Amino acid sequence: MSETNTFILDDQEIPFTPGQSVMQAALSAGVFIPHLCYHPEFRPHGSCKLCTVKINGRPATSCTTPAAHGMEVESNTPEILDKRRTLVQMLLVEGNHFCPSCEKSGFCKLQALGYELGVMTPRFNLLYPTRPVDASHPDVLLDFNRCILCELCIRASTEVDGKFVFALSGRGIKKHLVVNAESGRLADTNFSLADKAAQVCPVGVILPKRKGFAVPYGERHFDDAPISAHVDEFKPVMPGQEGRS
Amino acid sequence: MNAPRKLKVATTSLAGCFGCHMSLLDIDERLLELLEFIEFDRSPLTDIKHCGPCDIGIIEGGVCNAENVHVLREFRANCKILIALGACAVNGGLPAQRNHLDLRDILAAVYVTEEGLVPGTQIPNDLELPLPLNHVHPIHEVVNIDYFLPGCPPSGDAIWKFLTDLLAGHTPRLGHGLIRYD
Amino acid sequence: MKNSDAIGVVLKRHGNDGTRLMQILRETQEALGWLAPATLTVIAAGINWPRSRVESTAGFYSFFHTEPLGRYRVLWSDNITDRMLGNMDLMQAMCEKLWLEPGRVSADGLVSVDTTSCTGMCDQGPAILVNYRAITHMTMERINQMVELIHVQTPLAEWPAEWFKIEDNIRRADILLTNTMAPGEALRISFARGTATEVETSFSERSWHESMQASDIGASATLDEIKKSALRGRGGAGFTTGLKWEACHNAPGRTRYVVCNADEGEPGTFKDRVLLTRQPDLVLEGMTVAAFIIGASKGFVYLRGEYRYLLEPLNAVLAKRRKLGLLGENILGREGFNFDIEVHLGAGAYVCGEESALIESLEGKRGVPRNRPPYPVTNGFLNQPTVVNNVETFASAALIAAKGGDWYRSFGSARSTGTKILSVSGDCERPGIYEYPFGVTVRQVLEECGAHDTQAVQVSGPSGICLNRDEFDRRIAFGDVPTAGAFMIFGQQRDIFEVVRNFVHFFAHESCGFCTPCRVGTTLLKNLVDKIADGNGTRTDIDEIFHLNRLLQTTAHCGLGHTACNPLLYTLEKFRPAYERRLKLLKFVPAFDLDAALSQARQMTGRDDAGAHLEPQSEVAQ
Repeated sequence: MSETNTFILDDQEIPFTPGQSVMQAALSAGVFIPHLCYHPEFRPHGSCKLCTVKINGRPATSCTTPAAHGMEVESNTPEILDKRRTLVQMLLVEGNHFCPSCEKSGFCKLQALGYELGVMTPRFNLLYPTRPVDASHPDVLLDFNRCILCELCIRASTEVDGKFVFALSGRGIKKHLVVNAESGRLADTNFSLADKAAQVCPVGVILPKRKGFAVPYGERHFDDAPISAHVDEFKPVMPGQEGRS
Repeated sequence: MNAPRKLKVATTSLAGCFGCHMSLLDIDERLLELLEFIEFDRSPLTDIKHCGPCDIGIIEGGVCNAENVHVLREFRANCKILIALGACAVNGGLPAQRNHLDLRDILAAVYVTEEGLVPGTQIPNDLELPLPLNHVHPIHEVVNIDYFLPGCPPSGDAIWKFLTDLLAGHTPRLGHGLIRYD
Repeated sequence: MKNSDAIGVVLKRHGNDGTRLMQILRETQEALGWLAPATLTVIAAGINWPRSRVESTAGFYSFFHTEPLGRYRVLWSDNITDRMLGNMDLMQAMCEKLWLEPGRVSADGLVSVDTTSCTGMCDQGPAILVNYRAITHMTMERINQMVELIHVQTPLAEWPAEWFKIEDNIRRADILLTNTMAPGEALRISFARGTATEVETSFSERSWHESMQASDIGASATLDEIKKSALRGRGGAGFTTGLKWEACHNAPGRTRYVVCNADEGEPGTFKDRVLLTRQPDLVLEGMTVAAFIIGASKGFVYLRGEYRYLLEPLNAVLAKRRKLGLLGENILGREGFNFDIEVHLGAGAYVCGEESALIESLEGKRGVPRNRPPYPVTNGFLNQPTVVNNVETFASAALIAAKGGDWYRSFGSARSTGTKILSVSGDCERPGIYEYPFGVTVRQVLEECGAHDTQAVQVSGPSGICLNRDEFDRRIAFGDVPTAGAFMIFGQQRDIFEVVRNFVHFFAHESCGFCTPCRVGTTLLKNLVDKIADGNGTRTDIDEIFHLNRLLQTTAHCGLGHTACNPLLYTLEKFRPAYERRLKLLKFVPAFDLDAALSQARQMTGRDDAGAHLEPQSEVAQ
């Protein structure tokens, strides 16, 4: 065990194993850094930018930056929290997020981060995009209104399921999720409810049918405590990270 | 020491369901405590029709028609601070789910092409009726809003915490469980 | 020929290689008119990719269409310089004659008219692309003729040839544009370099030499010349070329690649077009010298789709160079030096000018910038060490390889050596190409191009710097006013706000959408600027612009997002009245017209009474 592998995160000393990102090291140490596109079982993506921190005074995504000894990392500063709040607000106005009618409410990471960061308003004018749902599949509903383009379903379907069911098309604000079928319908893909891709959506896009609102208010995943108190759920399990000393 | 002047509070519901007002009543007996510090001006609770100069205006619901605009402007012109109360005021809520449809198609579907309409039914054009806007807007898109309290509805406890913070001169802060979007 | 046969021919031509998807999609579209869902399925099967990934690439680029857009697709270049030449009125007139709305396809499916980002013809606008072929100097007369030709469905090949004539407009030439070196000369000199005396002069690089084999001495000595020249990249970032090439040479890899960035997407820039027209051998020779130095066997010219017309001429130059032994196996008889170059066309995506996005595109994917590090010099094309440089950088490197670093350093200034080619456009008498030694003042350029009563100069495109008249003594140089080459001039009569608005729309259109701040932020900025343009702006909106800028500068994934607010920031600092005269006194004004928001209900109810209208908020009510 090397004593020299540590960095400072908001005045706290964080140990890391070489090869870990700043995010992985922080989560392993029980310190939460907000994120949406990061998932402990997948390679970092760096697109949502919620995990932006300042490393030695320069902004960087903590999920893609390798930890290095002696780094000074700022995370919970008013300046960075304001930026994260604005990023959540951007996502809230970009899609159609109506929590009262969403089955994922109480389980949704975007919502939980909104609570964590104290986002009381979407702030900007809402874009209200038109995004028809895809209800073609017998077991799964796709509600694109809530998509935040984190690409977790794409990565899961590609890397774990080996099915390539999901991909992105379009560009910029018109970027959107598509499925692997000439018809554009999920029913015409080989997608299954058992796929990893069906389990990873942080918001309410990929939903099992006939199972909505199964858990009462008060007992839902993030009802008990803020997402930051759920930090253990996000600890890295990347192959090669465990068992290093 | 003199008792401080009671703060004047006005409330209204625009394109809302009055659920947020019901939630306001859900603060139960604390309402009496609240009334030691505030008095209501225009509100469904008082039936006063127009808003006078107020310290606090509380708006439930989004903006879906011309009348909503007039009421909201009246509140903005008279209230020192304006609070968006509940999901519909904050992001349009349920009524805004019509926003991806063309209003003309909606009116035609409801009043002209829908099956089972009484023959001769037409789109209402009574001058007393406010015209609907092409889209539903959250209230911060129409006037400047000072505070937002989301929730569908926000709980009585959330409203209590929010108002008591405000009355005590604090920027309202809702902790876990009180800040909710659903 | 059946559609599937046509696709088969294209697939075969590209060896069913998925990394060539961009070329496969373009050539298929050229053959079939558009990329139908079934077409994408056939292509996916042909290259053995999941269909979703093929659709993903096809959906990213502006010049690929997955819906029919007519047998004639007319795209009006919409840079501010085209606007200043009246392109919007002309486009409107064209649409009226064709009975269609911009962005829509005509009812008979024959033609569509739309706008596109700057096509790099700013010195000869208003410019258009018809089926991705460039046409310049648009006038009403040309529109009248063109509409006729479209109506009778005359093939593009039979349209008047002079319409497709692209002018070089070289107004001032220096060492690059006056080059008369014979093809191969820089290579011959590089090969010959490294005699005992030559090595002696570069002992300072000893450590690096020692890592090289004896046969590489010519390469190492030529690299020394590149380093000695202090050449810096001409694409905008200004990284030292010698260091980049050295790092690539030293990076471990199975093979190495040389990529010429001819994406030239920064609005107002067109100097690479002229270099590739007038000095293609110099550019390709620079690439070959780079290959010699780093040990690459394959090169690409990534040519922006707007310059489609240059594909055949460039391929002809490549064929000639193969014939002369300057490309291919054992170049100029040098045993084991095998290198060839291929031209790959982009398809309308500014972000592909970013080197890692360009590489993604070369691999057949969406042009999304990669997470960096690692950098392309170690993990580039197909994850192998790759040098990516601008067209002008390679041309300069070829000169340096032939004439030496000391010679090159005699031009320009100490920190900015050599020359810089400027693309001059806007309000001046002689727009075109100006090559100057680094250090030239903005004022001198303005004088020589015949600009009078200049209000502002936008240097290096929308992401660059806006200079006002107090700054015209500043110099074009890395330490002062750095530039990738664009030099857009705005006379006193121009509305600077409209310039900014054009640029802000550009960034929103070109954001790749990978990261949240840029994807959403550029659209929010566009909406804010439109709100101000509509007369509904307030000081609160100006504050919001600064707020968004702080977010984009610090959290965006790449340079596009980092610099997307630059046009606003520079002009808010230097041309604030352009904003202020549009702002309302109120603290807050809605972004939309409330009275107009009742239009559909008025239409459906037939009402027009006072209650069916909303007055604007009074200025004194707040």
